[in-house]
Amino acid sequence: MLLDHLPALLAVVPLVAALALPLAGAVRPRLVYPLAVGAGAVTAVLSLLTLERVLTRGVMRYHVGGWPPPWGIELVVDHLSAFVALTVSGLVALALLYAGPAVRSGTAGSPSPFFALALLYLASLMGIVVAGDLFNLFVFLEVASIASYALVASGGGRALMAAFRYILLGTVGASFYLLGVGHLYLLTGTLNMADLSQRLPELGASRVLLVAVGFLVIGLGIKMALVPLHGWLPDAYTYAPPAVTALIAPVTTKVAAYALARVLFSVLGAPAALAGIPLMSVLAWAGGAAILVGGVLAIRQNDLRRLLAYSSVSQVGYIALGIGLANRPALAGAYLHILNHAMMKGCLFFAAGAVAARLGGSALTDLRLMHRRMPVTTACIVVAALSMIGIPPAGGFFSKWYLLVGALEAGHTLLAGVIVGGGLLAAAYMFKVLEHACLARPDAAGHASDESPGGRAEAPAAMLIPLVALSVGIVAVGIWSAPIVSGVLWFAAAAGLE
Amino acid sequence: MTEFLAYAVERYTYWAYVALMLIGFYAMIAHGNLLKKLIGMNIFQTAIILFFLSISAKRGATLPIIPPEAGELVVAPPHFMNPLPHALMLTAIVVMVGTLGVALAVLIKIHRTYRTFEEDVILRQT
Repeated sequence: MLLDHLPALLAVVPLVAALALPLAGAVRPRLVYPLAVGAGAVTAVLSLLTLERVLTRGVMRYHVGGWPPPWGIELVVDHLSAFVALTVSGLVALALLYAGPAVRSGTAGSPSPFFALALLYLASLMGIVVAGDLFNLFVFLEVASIASYALVASGGGRALMAAFRYILLGTVGASFYLLGVGHLYLLTGTLNMADLSQRLPELGASRVLLVAVGFLVIGLGIKMALVPLHGWLPDAYTYAPPAVTALIAPVTTKVAAYALARVLFSVLGAPAALAGIPLMSVLAWAGGAAILVGGVLAIRQNDLRRLLAYSSVSQVGYIALGIGLANRPALAGAYLHILNHAMMKGCLFFAAGAVAARLGGSALTDLRLMHRRMPVTTACIVVAALSMIGIPPAGGFFSKWYLLVGALEAGHTLLAGVIVGGGLLAAAYMFKVLEHACLARPDAAGHASDESPGGRAEAPAAMLIPLVALSVGIVAVGIWSAPIVSGVLWFAAAAGLE
Repeated sequence: MTEFLAYAVERYTYWAYVALMLIGFYAMIAHGNLLKKLIGMNIFQTAIILFFLSISAKRGATLPIIPPEAGELVVAPPHFMNPLPHALMLTAIVVMVGTLGVALAVLIKIHRTYRTFEEDVILRQT
């Protein structure tokens, strides 16, 4: 049955589409956009089917080419991977739909390369999510990075330097990860995650294991832009074309966070301390530091996209914090925040792109009188801002709630304070955006009148539909957060803690 | 001391990998020229290949190819090098070539835009 091949199809469908797209584009350029959106949508539907199957029949294990592990390559889809796969493919499918007008107007490079790279990016992200061994995870991580380097660089100008810096740091991150994998292989003679998780506890703590874990955590920390390893992120997100930022910003760091959780829980078995180093606490505190540092830096920005980039640094901190706390509610909160943050950051970067296309720039001063010219977009920003701050019924409240419960359960009162403080920082920087967008201050230069404040300037439907869909989704996830957590994430969190 | 020296000499490929890695890392950090940074990155990646190949090496072992005439003979692992790290590194080299290719393409565009590879000159122009 075809559905038995679902884990492989998740990566194969967008990969084949990515390769076929330039060929189709050479014959019929008009076909490129619908084909790309179609491939993204098909991948999202396949992810939904996978999630449904995992929920009804349990973890799916797929042996590539029929070779059993540990000799063959294994793809594993459990609750966590199915959940992240659905998040990623849904967001990327919406971003592909969103990119249409930008690509047609030429602000995101020519259509064929953009969509082919975007689908290659999607394929490798799905590969990361379903990978059952550490080396395949590395390969997909690097393919995803290569695609995103090229996408960022397509902006030209300042994006080039941002992309180059991203390449250097991203490669160091991937190399560190590979070194960590090498040390684990040296120790155990296997790369299969399930195999590793059985052999590592027998071997106990050793200096090699410590080195391996250090390389793995730092390498993936760079990829997920965890403070203080976030240097590549702000420039890359700010100077990349808006359609590219809308594509990569919601998912890149989240998938790296997924890989970190996978390595820590499914492979290493969540060691509370390793040779005297309290690994998980270090991670939790790094997450806490990221929340505060990212939030404070976001408040200081005067460019919408740069502000959102620093906000990403802050929000990734929540995920790292939840992973570091390593108890059931905190992990469920961290995983729920992967979805919530992907949706709210997608929503906000979609809005930022629409603003850049319609109001001519992404400086906060460009947003002036936006609520009259782009009411729908402004409403979507408000919904995402509520989620970012953590006000119910927006989804962000619930992931932070679970994190808070987890922090208190672990006895980290100070970190619980950081979680609440991070919400206040988010309120500060999101209200800064809303102040510029909604509070009309007839400015000194007198531009207010000649800008025809009554004239509607909403983005075209292809950009508006994903935007509205995400803001509806944010509220929907908030309302149905209880079934999502109890039905999916509770199992995902438990799987790592056994 | 002699014990340590013997230990160090025995594992000289590992020392070489650490030295190469640090050279590459230093070049990435210290050089202001983007092309030299990229060369540093490549040395850094190559060091990891050396590390993996060191894992697979064994003294007195030969290529992991079992001749057909061996038939049902028992294969003793100590007589053969571990082929898996080699296979992994073939894939990793392909990945590295991809990264290097994109980086070089970006550098070409940077040079066309700014007419230089010096980072400080470029940053002054932006």
